[in-house]
Amino acid sequence: MPTVIDNTRPKSDARSAVSAAARAKGKGGPEGQLYKPRQPIYPKLVHGKWRAVKWALLIFTLAVYYITPWIRWHRPDGFPQQAALVDFTGRRFYFFDIQLWPQEVYIFTGLLVMAALALFLVTALFGRLWCGYACPQTVWTDLYIVVERLFEGDRNARMRLDAAPLSFDKIWRKTGKHLVWLGIAFGTGGAWIFYFHDAPNLIRTFWTGDAPITAYASCFLLTCTTYIFAGWMREQVCTYMCPWPRIQGAMLDDHSLQVTYLAYRGETRGPHKKGQSWEGRGDCIDCHQCVVVCPMGIDIRDGAQMECINCGLCVDACDEMMIKVGRPTGLIAYDSDYVVAARSKGEKAVYKPIRSRTIYYALAMSVVGGLTLWSLVTRPKADLSVIRDRNPIFVRMHDGAVRDGYTLKIGNRTFEPRTFDITFEGVPGARLSQPGQTGRTVSVVVPADQVAPLRVFVTAPPDLEGERPASVPGRFVIRSGDVRAETKTVFLSGAANPQ
Amino acid sequence: MAHEKDTDEVTGVDTTGHEWDGIKELDNPLPRWWLWVWYASIAWSIGYWILMPAWPGIHGYTKGLLHQSDRVEVSKQLTALDIKRGEGAAQLRTASLEQIEKDPKLNAYAQQVGQSVFGDNCATCHGIGGTGGKGYANLRDDVWLWGGKLEDIQYTITHGVRTGADGARMSMMPAFGRDEMLQPAQIDDLTEYVVKLSNRPADAAAVARAQPLFEAQCSACHGVEGKGMVELGAPNLTDADWLYGADRTAIRGQIFSGNGGVMPTWQGRLSPETIKALAVYIHSNAGGQ
Ligand code: SF4
Ligand code: SF4
Repeated sequence: MPTVIDNTRPKSDARSAVSAAARAKGKGGPEGQLYKPRQPIYPKLVHGKWRAVKWALLIFTLAVYYITPWIRWHRPDGFPQQAALVDFTGRRFYFFDIQLWPQEVYIFTGLLVMAALALFLVTALFGRLWCGYACPQTVWTDLYIVVERLFEGDRNARMRLDAAPLSFDKIWRKTGKHLVWLGIAFGTGGAWIFYFHDAPNLIRTFWTGDAPITAYASCFLLTCTTYIFAGWMREQVCTYMCPWPRIQGAMLDDHSLQVTYLAYRGETRGPHKKGQSWEGRGDCIDCHQCVVVCPMGIDIRDGAQMECINCGLCVDACDEMMIKVGRPTGLIAYDSDYVVAARSKGEKAVYKPIRSRTIYYALAMSVVGGLTLWSLVTRPKADLSVIRDRNPIFVRMHDGAVRDGYTLKIGNRTFEPRTFDITFEGVPGARLSQPGQTGRTVSVVVPADQVAPLRVFVTAPPDLEGERPASVPGRFVIRSGDVRAETKTVFLSGAANPQ
Repeated sequence: MAHEKDTDEVTGVDTTGHEWDGIKELDNPLPRWWLWVWYASIAWSIGYWILMPAWPGIHGYTKGLLHQSDRVEVSKQLTALDIKRGEGAAQLRTASLEQIEKDPKLNAYAQQVGQSVFGDNCATCHGIGGTGGKGYANLRDDVWLWGGKLEDIQYTITHGVRTGADGARMSMMPAFGRDEMLQPAQIDDLTEYVVKLSNRPADAAAVARAQPLFEAQCSACHGVEGKGMVELGAPNLTDADWLYGADRTAIRGQIFSGNGGVMPTWQGRLSPETIKALAVYIHSNAGGQ
């Protein structure tokens, strides 16, 4: 059975009276209506192993997010003491012992490519696991639902409250919920800005009004998006705004694990009374528990759907029911279409994690990961870029010697000031000069973690035999202790242009 | 819409009536928030029209309630820049040339000022790269008719050469041929002598004939050995640098008509601090002397 991702399929009617009424008039509401009213979803609290995994991940990811900027890290004086810091003004990125310069942004690119490939791999193996467990939209929505439940109760109580006329009780519950939501949203935006400034410092200046305007702006923006996305929009973000559900189909195949309703086992569904025989009927007791717990408001029994985020809550809900009625669990389960199809025909089949596409994804991941790691580990502690003077391209001296001008940019990536000795190799007898210095070697002090520009002239002695080519390949070498860098350039000797 | 109502069988949704290769476009409604965002954008744009300059008219444009004007912004920024530059200029005024060159920050500033002033004023004759050309001194090499130290360069820029102004550098190569001070044959001999001075093969007999002539006529400025004299702006005839050309025709022409270029007096046209910056720029680009 091929994977069908179809969000146009008619939905279950079990959501609410409002949606049922809307649906009765056609899928999108009354004829000619401009918009589709949102069908409210009241996910019910569920217990079970996937829910437990979700709780654990919720706590873990939020903890990482909130705690990371507060980890201190020792660096030499004058450098940030924060373990993870994106320093825009100093144009540096710090992450524990790693420090990146803007031109090393390719390492981020490598990381992003790896993250994308990891997402592909996980999706090919386990479907939309990212969406259901780790996506910030899911995590914060989950958190918001906890708050909502705290103030308004579980599904039924919430539905009743929404349908009830305005009362003091309703007002304070709603206000309380929104206030806490806003508090969390503010905390989210507030935590974000600590990644960009020294956290203990910023938390003080933030309240005294001395923080940079960008901090306030980012905080405000993230507060708004968190509140709106996790509080008001929820599944709408996943269904209408996120591009990921639209391309995931390309990663899935018949062997990917997805939350699946085992129709061959469940059908024919119908209510079941205690003591009744299970002969001639399916295991699904049509209790709608899988539907009411679904945060996306779908009925998994309709088959794989674009909206499903593979969160496994319906699995927990159904397992609970199966245990209650004394049937084997796993009527809804993480399963692959391939296995389900085989089993529905009474054949044996096992999940196949190793397939050509998972191998490709893993291979690509290790190649990109390896390259990124390699370039991170082997990146030089100093860098040198050389710009040749173009006008004049060379100058002939009074004695016939030829001099070329270069601008060097010497980057010192270490945390201490360094004296770099500069030599030019390639032209025999060439001398370097720099205001105040001349000789085979000139040196320059570059402050810690900075780039220093330097004008250097290279003078080649008169070429008495007239054998030097017009363009001589050469290279600048800079050394400071064991730190070394070199850059190729050319020396233009003017051989073709006697002056 | 003026198309016949057509409902898609599978979904029960009306189509828009558009069809491409048998694929029909469903007329699914938007989510409500989407519409809100759209309305908000419209409201925003209306607010923008009112607050910001937006509409062209015959006599100008609507100013908007905020009176935002990029032109005013730019002139404000320019004024701020002038004030900032004033600090740099003040520093250039008080610092000595050596101090300017030694201080990395001030030097960088002088280099920038020098480069742009050079491009505007000096490049016409000396070239953008400062390498000069025939009759125009190369400011990038180590040959300096009037001296290549910071002060020398500053003096030359300030007072100019052969402008007739007070303090201007002055020297004159006589036009031995045109003014009939020497015979053509003597000029030929001197040419050979000068070629010989620069270590190139020359007619020995002519060189011998020219020896007393050179000592009598030329050595006063160029020195007995032909090495020139910076105080007089007299070029060194023994090196590889020739302002008016190195071949015999060029050398002979120079003895015949005694060319000498004019460099403007920049005092009064460029401020003293600008001249300082220029001197530092030229000095460091010549590798310093
Ligand atoms: S159908 Fe199940 S797995 Fe999919 S989103 Fe709903 S509850 Fe989660
Ligand atoms: S929870 Fe299980 S038994 Fe209940 S309706 Fe869903 S699939 Fe059927």
